[in-house]
Amino acid sequence: MSVKAATKRAPIRLSAGDKVFYAINTVFLTLMAIIVIYPLYFIVIASISDPDAVLGGQVILYPVQITMAGFKRILQETSIWRGYLNTIIYTGLTVILSLVVTIPAGWGLSRKTIPGKKFWMIYFIIPMFFGGGLIPFYNVMSSLGLINNIWAIVLPSILSVWNLFMTKTFFETSIPDGLVEAAKIDGAGEYRVFTSLVLPLSKAILAVMALYYAIGQWNSYFNAMIFLQDENMYPLQLVLKEILIASESTVGGSGETILEQFRLANQIKYVSVIVSSVPVLLLYPFVQKYFSQGVMIGSLKG
Amino acid sequence: MRKVKDGPVSQAPADAPTPGMSKSARMWRRLRDNHPFLIMIFPAVLIVFLFNYLPIYGVLIAFQDFMPGDPIFGEYTQWVGFKNFTRFFTDVQFWPLMKNTFLLCIIGFVIGFPLPIIISLMLNAMKSKRMSKVLQTIFNGPHFISLVVLVGMLTLFFGRYGLVNNIAAHFGGERVSYFLESSAFRPLYILSSNWQDFGWSAIIYIAALSNVDLGQHEAAILDGASRFQRVIHVDLPAIMPMISVMLIMSIGGLMGVGYEKVLLMMTDGNLEVSEIIATYVYKQGLTGVPNQSYATAIGLFNSIINVILLIIANTTSKKFSENSLW
Repeated sequence: MSVKAATKRAPIRLSAGDKVFYAINTVFLTLMAIIVIYPLYFIVIASISDPDAVLGGQVILYPVQITMAGFKRILQETSIWRGYLNTIIYTGLTVILSLVVTIPAGWGLSRKTIPGKKFWMIYFIIPMFFGGGLIPFYNVMSSLGLINNIWAIVLPSILSVWNLFMTKTFFETSIPDGLVEAAKIDGAGEYRVFTSLVLPLSKAILAVMALYYAIGQWNSYFNAMIFLQDENMYPLQLVLKEILIASESTVGGSGETILEQFRLANQIKYVSVIVSSVPVLLLYPFVQKYFSQGVMIGSLKG
Repeated sequence: MRKVKDGPVSQAPADAPTPGMSKSARMWRRLRDNHPFLIMIFPAVLIVFLFNYLPIYGVLIAFQDFMPGDPIFGEYTQWVGFKNFTRFFTDVQFWPLMKNTFLLCIIGFVIGFPLPIIISLMLNAMKSKRMSKVLQTIFNGPHFISLVVLVGMLTLFFGRYGLVNNIAAHFGGERVSYFLESSAFRPLYILSSNWQDFGWSAIIYIAALSNVDLGQHEAAILDGASRFQRVIHVDLPAIMPMISVMLIMSIGGLMGVGYEKVLLMMTDGNLEVSEIIATYVYKQGLTGVPNQSYATAIGLFNSIINVILLIIANTTSKKFSENSLW
């Protein structure tokens, strides 16, 4: 039956060479898919397996002696949940403010009649390729009084020049000039055109931008590491850094105590990877279309 | 659609030349009619000014003996010219840092640049479009994992008590923490970066491939071309302009390797290969006894190399093809 279906789709018989080509292609890409999926799958099965089985190298393809102990323990890790809450606050603020900044700016820059268009383009392009570097950035934040302040996490993240240009390209390619002109004939001012005509037609770019900024903030740790001193303000990623990575680099000595520590710590690690990635992974299948749309909007101009 | 031109005078496009108006009057009128756009971009202008341009101004401390907290132009400012730069060039760390930075970038580039192109060509040449879509969804997934979680996963696989060692120990092997081994740092860094981003980087080529003219494929089939020949002679040339643009961009960003990830992977054991210019800047400028002027000078040196690479790449590409960024 499958042969019949195949001939129906491809009336020209495949040459032997093409058959080999398609076979190699499929096998190679399937292999790549396994390489991508397996590490993620392993984290899941390791998180619900007995830590001894994991350490003993028995957990490879399926969970062994399923236990939820790791998840129960992580419920008591207050630092993770505090980090979670902080990250949700930072991400929420970032998304709202970034849309307020990026979307109107993208519209303004996409208009041919904006005064000084060339100047503003250069103004926004320069930072894409040249910056002052880490230390001057730190000093600016320090003089703005943003050390150990949640705005140090939010404010520098609310505008990405790449996203701004992506928004501009979107407006240039998907809002017809005629529509804007028609609205103006009807007496709408520039602000009215933007809020009542442009915004309702821009749901795609709003979604893409909200997602880009949200993921960016959710996943970032570096600014928090250099600007925050108060552990109560740490975002999730910084808490995870302590849990996941700090112990590996300081491992020294030997003996049973270290092994015992690792036995317990490892399970917490597997579980915390899952707990922290759940929001992103849950969203992913629904939004991946928007994400790749975004890349394509950005690529239109090349 | 172009009826606007016949409309009342007040509805005419603001930049339309009105006879009898002086140049400056026209400019003022244009400004008056279009000032809402300036107000719309103002917040973005301000943010870029604060977080991108003020730091560029702050680079001046690279030419001073700067004390944190002092103003850049103050009473006691000591201008020292290129002292901080010559100090870096004669630093014993200079050559190791250059070597580590370049090796990490170049090996990463040699593997990371062609891989997405190959993957996109292969995905595009699949017989089943549905399977191709499913695979794309899978390949894009790891892009959304955070760096901390990615490096955390690396420790769970390659750490002393990670999967690789657990299996090795099961068969009586020695436990080795690959995180403490210098020789493992670059492979781990580069392979994990590729694992995370090859699918994401392929999207842009897949988009370009979907615009390839089907007529060309049909003509090639009539000429007896195999599927593989069509990939090489039809698909690949079609995405060549995109490849050159991406090439220029990645050469321009070559020295801007992800130091955030390097910092996460850095241990005392692999320091001799993992210390790159950007992490050295961080350590010199923000940890221990900070030496901000010195760190800024090193950072500036790094940015300047980057800009030079970008200009060289762009000029070369312009010379040999019509593709360039500017």
